[in-house]
Amino acid sequence: MRVEVDVPRCVASGQCVLLAPDVFDQRDEDGLVVLLNENPPAELHDAVRESATVCPAAAIRLGES
Amino acid sequence: MTSSPAVPAFTLVRPQGAPLDPSPLYTELRATQPISRVSLWEGQLSPWLVTRWEDARAVLGNPAFSTDPTHPGSPKDTPQGPRGFFVNHDDPVHGMMRRTLTREFMVKRINELRPAIARLTDELLTDLTELSEPADFVEHFALPLPSLVICELLGVPYEDHGFFQEHSKVIVDFNATAQESAQAWASLSEYLLGLVETKHAKPGNDVITRLAAQADEGGITDQDAADLGAFLLLAGHETTANMIALSTITLLSHPDQIPHILGGEEQVAGAVEELLRYVSIVHGGLRRTAVEDVTIDGVTIRAGEGVIVPIHVANRDPEFFTAPDDLDLERANARQHLAFGYGIHQCLGQPLARAELQIVLPEIFRRLPELKIAVPMDEIAFKQDTVVYGVVELPVTW
Repeated sequence: MRVEVDVPRCVASGQCVLLAPDVFDQRDEDGLVVLLNENPPAELHDAVRESATVCPAAAIRLGES
Repeated sequence: MTSSPAVPAFTLVRPQGAPLDPSPLYTELRATQPISRVSLWEGQLSPWLVTRWEDARAVLGNPAFSTDPTHPGSPKDTPQGPRGFFVNHDDPVHGMMRRTLTREFMVKRINELRPAIARLTDELLTDLTELSEPADFVEHFALPLPSLVICELLGVPYEDHGFFQEHSKVIVDFNATAQESAQAWASLSEYLLGLVETKHAKPGNDVITRLAAQADEGGITDQDAADLGAFLLLAGHETTANMIALSTITLLSHPDQIPHILGGEEQVAGAVEELLRYVSIVHGGLRRTAVEDVTIDGVTIRAGEGVIVPIHVANRDPEFFTAPDDLDLERANARQHLAFGYGIHQCLGQPLARAELQIVLPEIFRRLPELKIAVPMDEIAFKQDTVVYGVVELPVTW
């Protein structure tokens, strides 16, 4: 799985950070998304998929291999 | 079609005997005509009502639908429309205003507030149990808790908490006159502007200090900083209070599920998501106006036409949530609810709301295992005609 984030679209709802804190964080100055791991391990895939689904701004894109 | 007498009136009234379920009118429309006209202001406006979960997300996630209430077709509740703030702007203005606050609700910043939320919960529950029974759970717990949390967030000094509480109580008082609430607003606005000035000189680790710093940099004015503080009070007080009260009623009506709210961290987090879905307090519907023609689920909504998205109805959509009218605190897809909205306007304060509910609800049932509502369910005074659903009061014993 390959993860991409579209920072300008992010609205800082924070849901991805709650669901997958090893993959997503928020930058201190404005709370927008920071991608910590663009190739997360298999055990995190479900949480990453859920993050992409609930993201209100559709700012998380997944390339599944 | 728009002025047909067959168009049903938009209503907030809940079914008799099922105060937490949506109106049967909406349940029927969702099954038969999921995007259909309803009438507002006795037929002067007939916006579209979008009742399916998938269609609701399609509308709320599409920038072709504006939240600006000054559009002529905007389905606002009164011809004058609601109070301002960035919620009523589209991007890019909305995005710039929202970003003055986004860092304040970052998950890590809200986690720093958790000990304070736990302490305030403990203090208020202790005070409650010292009252004579029955006591009003809304007045003595559900309303003061979020107001005190907002004091912590904004950096209101301890000695001013009484003043802040007293005035915020009037603003959300169901029985207050328009003049009383206007006076309370004026006092709080004046207080917050003074607080911004104080924080310039004596900064702390709080929202008003950081908004005052943004004012120093020239991005916003002191008045903007004070207004944003008032907005946070407006957005986070009554909503959280009603969510606490209605969640408590819901759990007491499903005693077999109370163990879930007393479980581990992950179990509690899941239970809170299901309560958010099931209760969906913002039942007045999210309001949009199409700025271009958009086709959703085969229905073309024309530029200029209004749309109402009743999220409490979409959150009971059986196509997405199995047995949607059942409370299931272990529901796997509960987190996909629309209780905080969806799209760029989704609730900014959701990490705080989640933290409050995750701390408060288990603590209520841990501390008060014998908690009971002191009146029969059909005597509880639900707020039938307010945009945010709730109860006027909730007499309890413990």
